[in-house]
Formats: sequence, C-alpha cells, structure tokens
Amino acid sequence: MPTTATAAPAPDPMGAERTLMPAPLTPETIAHLEERARHVRLETIRLIAIAKVGHYSSTFSCAELFATLYYDAMRLRHGEPRWPDRDRFLMGKGHAAVGLYPLLADWGFFPKELLDGYTRLGNPLGDHPDMTKVPGVDFSSGSIGHALSAGLGMVMGGRMMNRRFDVYVMLGDGEMQEGQVWEAAMAAAHQKAGNLIAIVDRNGYQLDGQVDEVMGIEPLAGKWRAFGWEVHEVDGHDVAALATLFRRLKQDRTREKPACIIARTLKGKGVGYMEREAGWHLGYLAPEDEAAAIAEIMGQPASPAIPREAAAQGDAR
Amino acid sequence: MTAPMTVTDTPTGPVNPGSWQYRQLNSRAPGLSYLSDALSALVADGHPVMAGTADLQYSNGLARFAARHPDRFVQFGISEQNMVSAAAGIATTGVMPFVATFASFLGLLCCEQIRMDIAYSALPVRLIGHHAGIALGFYGTSHHATEDLAIMRSIAGLTVVNPADGPQLAAAIKASADHPEPIYFRIGRGQEPNVYEDLPDFQFGKAIEHETGSDLTVIACGTMVHPCLEAVRALRASGLSVGLIDMHTIKPLDRDAVLAAAERSRVILTVEEHNILGGLGGAVAEVMAEAGTKALLIRHGIRDEYSLIAPPTHLYRHYQLDAAGIETVVRDILA
Repeated sequence: MPTTATAAPAPDPMGAERTLMPAPLTPETIAHLEERARHVRLETIRLIAIAKVGHYSSTFSCAELFATLYYDAMRLRHGEPRWPDRDRFLMGKGHAAVGLYPLLADWGFFPKELLDGYTRLGNPLGDHPDMTKVPGVDFSSGSIGHALSAGLGMVMGGRMMNRRFDVYVMLGDGEMQEGQVWEAAMAAAHQKAGNLIAIVDRNGYQLDGQVDEVMGIEPLAGKWRAFGWEVHEVDGHDVAALATLFRRLKQDRTREKPACIIARTLKGKGVGYMEREAGWHLGYLAPEDEAAAIAEIMGQPASPAIPREAAAQGDAR
Repeated sequence: MTAPMTVTDTPTGPVNPGSWQYRQLNSRAPGLSYLSDALSALVADGHPVMAGTADLQYSNGLARFAARHPDRFVQFGISEQNMVSAAAGIATTGVMPFVATFASFLGLLCCEQIRMDIAYSALPVRLIGHHAGIALGFYGTSHHATEDLAIMRSIAGLTVVNPADGPQLAAAIKASADHPEPIYFRIGRGQEPNVYEDLPDFQFGKAIEHETGSDLTVIACGTMVHPCLEAVRALRASGLSVGLIDMHTIKPLDRDAVLAAAERSRVILTVEEHNILGGLGGAVAEVMAEAGTKALLIRHGIRDEYSLIAPPTHLYRHYQLDAAGIETVVRDILA
C-alpha cells in the first residue's frame, strides 16, 4: 500500500500555508499527486470490500480531482478540520465519498482506524458524507442538486465574517439535470462569488445510462458561460493540468466571476472493465476481480479480468 | 450582497386603500415591522445575523431590515430552494441566517432542503414561513399553507414555533439567539391584532396559560390565539369554565401543559389555522392518547380539505376560525 506519512504539510503559525506564487509544479509533485490518486482508488476498493457494495466507478472518475484538490489546491491545516479559514469542499455527487474519507483521515481529521469500519453499524462513514458525524466533511450530501447552493452560502457567510477562503463544489454531470443547480449558478454570478469553484465530473454516465441519452446536458460550457461563469475545460485525469488550473484560479484574486471546471473523465477510470462497461455504477468485486483491479491500478500487467454484472441498483445491504 | 433597490423604511405619500398600491399597503401592515426590528435588535446585540428572502421583501417587511443593513441582507430572487440550501451554507460559517418566504413555499417546495441541509446537518438556520394557513385568502390554494406544521413537526431536530403575534415573534427571535437548533417560525400576514405587549416572556417549549377552566380548555397557536382569547372571555362571561393555552411551540410540545389541562377539563379543543391532521391537534392528540387522559379531544381547524377562496376575514368566518365561530364551536360542544 502507498505511504501516507508525508502527505500533509505542517501547520504554519502565520497561516500562510500556501503563498500566492506557488512553487513550480515539479515532476516530484506530479508523481506525488498521481500516487495520491492511486491511493484513492486502492482505498476505495479496500473500503467497498467492507461494505460489499459501493460506487467504485463514480469515485474512480474523480480520483485525480480528489488528489489534486486535497494535496495541491486546497488550503488546509493538518488535524484542524474546523479551521475557520480553510478552503471548503462540497460534493453534489456525495456517493463518491468513499474516495474522500481516506484523504480526510490522511489530513488527521479523524483516526485512520475508522476507515476499517466503513458503513458498519455505529461507524460515521457511510456511502454519503455526513458533516455532523465525519470531521473534515464540510457539508452533508446525498440528495443531488443542493451542494452548489450550500457552497454559495459559504461564500456569502465568509464574506460577512471577513474571511477569505475558496469553496470547491464537485458536481456530477447527471446533476446538471437538477433545477436547483441553475438557481445557484444564476445567484453565484449575481453575487460575484469569485471564490466559488464548481467542478463538473463529466464522466458521461448516470444510473440509467449515458447522460446525453438520459437527458442531454450539452452544450454544457455554453450553459455555464451564459449563466455568467468563467469556464475551463480540462482532462480530469491529468493531475498536472488540474494542478496548473487550480493554482491559476487560486492566484487570481481579482476574479469576480465564479469559475466552472468541466473535467472530462472516464467513469471507472483505472480499471479497464469498469471503463468499458456502461452498467458499472454500483457494484462489488469478488476477490479475484479485486486482485486484478489492484494490479491494474498499480500499473502491473493485469490478468484478464472477468467482467461482472453490476450489483442490482440501489441494493446497499 | 448587493444593496437592495431604493427601499423606503416607511411608506411615503397617501395610500388609497381602494387602489392597488401593493407595496405601500403591505408596508402598512402593522405586524410586518416586528420581524425586521427583532433582527435589527439581534444585530445591535452583536449577533452575526443575516437575512434573506426570495422576492418577497415587501410582503414580509424585510425591506426594512435590508434598508438598515444592506450588507446583511441577501435577495435570492425567486429561488426558494437555492435560498434554503444557501442559508445552510451560510450557517456553517458562524453566521445565523434568517430566511423568509411564504409558508406554502417554505414547507412544501423546500421540504427536502430543510430536512437534508438544515435539520439533518444540524445548522442553526431560522426559517420564517409567513402568510401561513389561509391568510392569502383569494390568492388560492398554491399560496395557502395548511400542511406546514405537520411537515415541519416530523423533521427531526427542527424546533417549530407558531407565534401568536408580532410581539411574541420578536420575543421568540430574541430567544433564538441562544437556541442551538434550527427553527421554523410560522407567522401570519402582519395584520393580526396583538395579543401581547412588547417583548412578552418567551421560552421555547413553554406554553402560556391565559385562563384555566374545568369545562373545556382551548389550546391554540399562532393567529388563532387572539380570536380564541376573545371567544374564551365571552364564554367565561356567560358562566362557562373555559381555559385557554397559547401553545406557541409545536415542537417540542409542552406535554405538561397539555396533561395538566386534560386533568382539569372535561374537553380539550385545539384550534389552528392548519389542517386538523398532523399539526397542533395531532400533536396534542398524541400526548393525550399516550397518557390515557380521560378528557375528550376535539380538533378545530381546516378539515382535511383545500380552503375556499375569499378575503381572509371571510374565510375565517366561513371556517369558524374567528372569535364568534370559535365561541359557537365551544357552546355546541358543551351543550
């Protein structure tokens, strides 16, 4: 398993965890972020093995986003999940929380041992994140479409309290079908919420199939632009591109427009048969498939994996 | 948080009641100032308060607050769900947001946002549902809220308050500064006569006993307290032993007050501007049934139907929710 010990920077008493002119993006940083993304995938497999069912593929599509946000973009303090000036992270697609929990544990927000009891009776870590139970979860989610509004509220509250932090809201592409997203989009531009950054994980799939077949959302960039947002399109698995973009957005303190990043991703990225099979939303890997998936994620030649039927939708026993 | 459009604190110029000078007529509703003034008082006391509304600042009088504290006021436009979720986000930063819209929209349209983002997330948001019940008269069923108490009462972690008038609303808002739970305030249209003097004693979950009686006790909430008080006075003047409790907090319900009244009176009559299912009557029924009280319970309100349309005062008369109607209901019960 990858090491996690060096991941989090030490707290800085001056509160300057990140300078406005970030260090150049070195090959070492890029390698570290790639390793963190692998860590997200491996931990996702490990935790879902405890629950016996989970959202592997939705989490794999945003593994690089998680890694880049939590190990390069966001301003956080190790062991201080409630630091008032921290950057915030909200998930419209709360079902990818299994990939977030290992990073929160790595930041010292809760003991790593809690991960071992993922979804078991009495454990705070469920399929969807609960802010009242999990330190480091900035907002509860599970009902799709609320997160951008809540993120906007954080921007407005921070403004009144004279705190400047950035608010990152990760949205699913199927979530674009929710009306409340566009209420929030309109309001954020109106409020000049320049420190609000929406990230659309454009992995192309939702429960019932391909997003563009279920309910088309294109032209997506045009929609966000028309709502008054600054739009960036990026390869959501290219940590160098993601880190460069996040750093640029963070440096730009004069921006009045909120920013939307459309991250082109693959649902199930990293495990071939999940990438290829549209049915992979909720599932469970038998031990032999798990071994093959881990080998593939670790970059070893994968033995031929037997594609399995995804578990019945909604079966979360 | 842009400054609102030109907003006058008080109406200027003559208002012709026969005309459709909506904003000015609205801003002359005497009860509307209580909400804004109570919020301003919290600001003056150093509380980190923000207020927001969804295109109804003249209907709820928050224009008055907005004019005084433009940096603490958010105009959300017609996006109630966005407003409620955003209020939750605001509350995570240590600010106490008060967001207001018609009770029908808040309780029904935003029910899930209230449950997930506010109550489940245990954030101290204050929701103000105004023009509750059938107060919007001929605007019709879309604008009536006769389900909101039932809905809000079943959301875990939410305190549900239905003040009788402006002064009690102000007192409840003042008390809310130290209340850790989210709160739903259900209020009328600001034209109800006052029951109380300025800033009456107020404690969440502690009912106010106006009269005690052995024949019957009326338990009322919200806009119904005033007509019930008038009815009870008339009934007592004619020799009947009738009590009255203002049950301003629907949740947590003052069980002791209910049980004491049921001990002392033969009949308990609940009166609410709400469906008789699931609101005040439902809450009182649960307490009485579980305690096995001997007293008879009768629920008075809207009888599981959609209200007719008419001016509000005509509706109150039609549904026997005015003083005369309530008096008749009690006399019929005791006959």
